[in-house]
Amino acid sequence: MTATPPAVGPTLSVRDLHLAIAGRRRDTPILRGVSLDIAPGEVHGLVGESGAGKTMIGKAVLGIQPSRARIAAGSVLFDGRDITHLPERERRRLMGRGMGLIPQDPMTSLNPAHRIGAQIADVLRLHLGLDRAAAGARTLELLNEVHIRAPERVVRQYPHELSGGMRQRVSIAIAFACRPKLIVADEPTTALDVTVQRQVLALIKRMQAQEDASILFVTHDLGVVAKICDRVTVLHGGRVLETGATRRIVEAPGHDYTRALIAATPRHDRPGGLLRPVPEALTARLDAEALAYDAARGSHG
Amino acid sequence: MSWTFLLRRLLLAIPTLFGVAVIVFVLLRVVPGDPIAMLIGPGATEADIAELRRLYGLDESIALQFVYYLRDLAGGDFGTSISMRQDVMELVLGRLPVTIELCLVAMLVAVGLGGAMALAGAYWRGRSGEAAVDGAAGFILAIPDFLWALLFILFVVVFALDGLPISGRIGHDVAFRGATGFLLVESLLRLRLDAFGSVLLHTILPALALALPLAAIVARVLKTSINEAMTQDYILMARVKGFSRARIVGREALRNALVPTVTLTGVQFTFLVGGTVLVEKIFSYPGIGNMAIDAVINRDLPLIQGLVLTFAVLFIAVNLLVDVSYALLNPRMRHG
Repeated sequence: MTATPPAVGPTLSVRDLHLAIAGRRRDTPILRGVSLDIAPGEVHGLVGESGAGKTMIGKAVLGIQPSRARIAAGSVLFDGRDITHLPERERRRLMGRGMGLIPQDPMTSLNPAHRIGAQIADVLRLHLGLDRAAAGARTLELLNEVHIRAPERVVRQYPHELSGGMRQRVSIAIAFACRPKLIVADEPTTALDVTVQRQVLALIKRMQAQEDASILFVTHDLGVVAKICDRVTVLHGGRVLETGATRRIVEAPGHDYTRALIAATPRHDRPGGLLRPVPEALTARLDAEALAYDAARGSHG
Repeated sequence: MSWTFLLRRLLLAIPTLFGVAVIVFVLLRVVPGDPIAMLIGPGATEADIAELRRLYGLDESIALQFVYYLRDLAGGDFGTSISMRQDVMELVLGRLPVTIELCLVAMLVAVGLGGAMALAGAYWRGRSGEAAVDGAAGFILAIPDFLWALLFILFVVVFALDGLPISGRIGHDVAFRGATGFLLVESLLRLRLDAFGSVLLHTILPALALALPLAAIVARVLKTSINEAMTQDYILMARVKGFSRARIVGREALRNALVPTVTLTGVQFTFLVGGTVLVEKIFSYPGIGNMAIDAVINRDLPLIQGLVLTFAVLFIAVNLLVDVSYALLNPRMRHG
């Protein structure tokens, strides 16, 4: 379960990242000095409740944060290269082969106006320079790899003709199509049926192992983290509360909030009736800490 | 999309056309004006007038005229033009291709110009490029088509742009007699490029006058729906795929933005067809719009009725085409 210690540098390194949403009167801080490292081939879980800023980290890494979001400080290093403020053209070259995304909602993430085959083939043609025939053949292979039956038929279909699970498999095929070093998986199983969730999770894990890609796995579900992640970062209010190997975090959490999150997560060996929500006093304390952090930062200029 | 759908729409057109026929008949009998008075010379006697009335069936009671009118319509007989003494159907069909070609050219210009403006506005979203597109669309829309027509003529006259004709459909010096009325298409197919160029040159200004307001509407609606599409998740995916902004706007967002635009363009296209009445008159362009004005001036009741029904058929055809295009544009409706 534990990642091999990085003999080479990390694939992704987020350093003291501060991000705020520009408002009319003042900016609203979303990320407050986030740092994390992902080694090559590592699956790194990013856990927190909604509003913790975990999705924003994923977007900032991919450079698709909303236009009103401003990176105030810190940096994102990909393969040792600073990509925080990469110009549009170079950012595009990095996508596909460098990074991919498995989206949260497969129902809205595929273009409803284009056929499935075209939506996979277009990345192959853009980044790998394949011609139409080669891209078509590789598309069929990819669909096979993500266990889609009758790929010859599926490539001619439109997204609305596929189920949610099938669409997420297609998204996974797109994400892995150009063999990227890093994939951001943004709650990839949240929008799926429980029965499909497990299959999709297994598929992501298998593809990751096969391609030896790193994954930034954004989720609110510690149960999912325990299944798939090598390391975990726990996030609250845009701050990292703790980072560590999954086993260590799950078995001996170092932070009260992590303990509370674990207590709030359903497990096979514990009936659902014993689940406890995160105590309000703890949440209030963390929020106060975040505000104090902002105030301290503000006074520093 | 299925054949039953098409058939149902075609059957629905029958009561619509019947309604139009009734309304135009009633309206023409209610408004004052005597077609015979417009026709006769100064020396006509009472007997001559009575004879003419009998000839055109105007001596019957209105109710009976209506029955005859419907009976003839059902048999495909639109009557005889009073002012031109020719079969209405022949007259209208002779002129219809002219207007159809004019409208199609205008449509192409409107979609091309409006589409380009919309794409530019969406590409430069939130920057001065978008503001320029919005401003231009607002300005164009503030001026109706017939005023554009007059402005163009003024422009041509003031700046002595002799190369740009402002009257007629083909140059007098071009010897080209089409077997059909579709001079533009026919001259091109027969590789008579001199005739094609001449017709095209004569068509540019009236088509542009008709097209400009529609282009502004297309620009606005399409830009809005592209901007709307640009907020969707699949656009985020396209950015992660590493596509350029031009490709994302033009290929990923545009296709999804087309449906609402086609609806509105279809509706607005009927206004464009209606606009031919004034614009053709201004440019002496020999289509059915021009003919309609003359028919009204001459109180040529059968011709007016025939022309109004023709316009109604055009409107119905346009709406049908819009519905068909939905199915082609939106894969989700293709199997429904």
